[in-house]
Amino acid sequence: MDISAIMIPVISLGGMGLIFGGILAYASQKFAIEVDPRITAISEILPGANCGGCGFPGCSGLASAIVEGSAPVNACPVGGPEIAKKIAEIMGVEAEESVRKVARVICNGDAQNCKEKFEYFGIQDCKAAAMVAGGSKSCAYGCLGLGTCVNVCQFDAIEITDGKIARIIPENCTACGKCIEVCPKQVIHFVPYEQDVVVDCNNEEKGKAVKEKCNVGCIGCQLCVKACPFDAMEFSNNLAKINYEKCTNCMLCAEKCPTKAIYANFEKRKKAEIISENCIGCTICSKQCPVNAIEGELKQVHKVLEDKCIGCGVCAEKCPKKTIKMV
Amino acid sequence: MSIGSLLILLVSSILVNNFVLSRFLGICPFLGVSKQVETAMGMGMAVTFVMTLASIITYFIQIFILDALGLAYLQTIAFILVIAALVQFIEMVIQKMSPTLYQALGIYLPLITTNCAVLGVTLLNIQYNYNLIETIVNAVGAAIGFSLAIVLFAGIREKLEISDIPKPFQGFPIALITASLMSIAFLGFTGLV
Repeated sequence: MDISAIMIPVISLGGMGLIFGGILAYASQKFAIEVDPRITAISEILPGANCGGCGFPGCSGLASAIVEGSAPVNACPVGGPEIAKKIAEIMGVEAEESVRKVARVICNGDAQNCKEKFEYFGIQDCKAAAMVAGGSKSCAYGCLGLGTCVNVCQFDAIEITDGKIARIIPENCTACGKCIEVCPKQVIHFVPYEQDVVVDCNNEEKGKAVKEKCNVGCIGCQLCVKACPFDAMEFSNNLAKINYEKCTNCMLCAEKCPTKAIYANFEKRKKAEIISENCIGCTICSKQCPVNAIEGELKQVHKVLEDKCIGCGVCAEKCPKKTIKMV
Repeated sequence: MSIGSLLILLVSSILVNNFVLSRFLGICPFLGVSKQVETAMGMGMAVTFVMTLASIITYFIQIFILDALGLAYLQTIAFILVIAALVQFIEMVIQKMSPTLYQALGIYLPLITTNCAVLGVTLLNIQYNYNLIETIVNAVGAAIGFSLAIVLFAGIREKLEISDIPKPFQGFPIALITASLMSIAFLGFTGLV
């Protein structure tokens, strides 16, 4: 057998491979794109779910945006402060504390509370239902409860209650914003995770119109605005809205609301407690208290009246001796 | 070779011998990246680009290396080598020269490395003894045919997304049925050329 019968194909094919390899090696040098090593490092830290919650196309998109400086280091809502800290280390900056936010369905108008305009038998999807005269709910601002948001949630954080209304489980919510994007009624908003008081209504109609449609709607009576000791209640378009930065979770507004449109988790309501050994009787706390729940004479140990205290925490913040605890 | 016969060749490779729907080549990207018309267009563009270049290069490889050395039996492996290297090379060049085009083509460019439609068109060009011009026309036609099929299919699938489909047929089953119906429809072009 002629040895060239093997050698020719081996050499020609091997030669082709070698030439192509050489060309590619040369090309990779010649056409090399310089990638900032920080982009790779940040991409590795990010969760990698590519949920798009940050507003950039996927995690790698956010990574390059952070390196470019067009996004803050805490831009990833899913990763939270932990990941923000790691990214800040790579970027060599301090991470600002970001308040954890979660999505919340701003509507309480379930089957019992809110009247239906008609019975809807179409496609079981909020987007489709919203096209039929704005949905079957008599309130044009309410949650339709057909679960379009449930389908887009990657984190199993949304459920439909028995009253046919969507509810978000704050523990599971990563604030990716997918549900907010998809909701045809714009009924889902971001709310701070620590927030225990929320106005659960979006209806901007006049009080009478709201009352006809829903038992738990905001009727624009402004009692909450008057009740709030901290000016945290904003009122516009016949609708009360809490300024979460000013709100101290004192829950006075929720107590006053005649239609219970303001949700408050009274179980989490705190009480102030003065540690008597350290109290110097400066009276600052009793002056600051918006509900006069602290009494005591100058230079005497002060006392909190538990039935009056609303747990706003103003006294604890102002106490010069830091001797007031919120429990 | 007259213009007329080239035109006939072009029409035949686009419609009559459509690579996806008559020859059943390149089914993987046809099913894989046909969920949106936009991505289907991107894939079509990338395939057109690679098919044309690959056909030209493999034509010369065939004449100057394989035929010259009597190594016709190495055709398949040699062509795969050429296509793989070519796609890699093009990817690097595009990334450097035109980042916008690179982003538009995105993931589809590397996907074509293993696309049997590209290998198929290069092999068929040799099999039919086409000259260089015919090779180019056939490759462009095949690529246009592929793009046409995948864009049409993507259009139908976008509509299917919002249709009321019985549960067992949702997703891939209805896509396969749609593909087969399209194939039957393209059968109607038989005898055109």
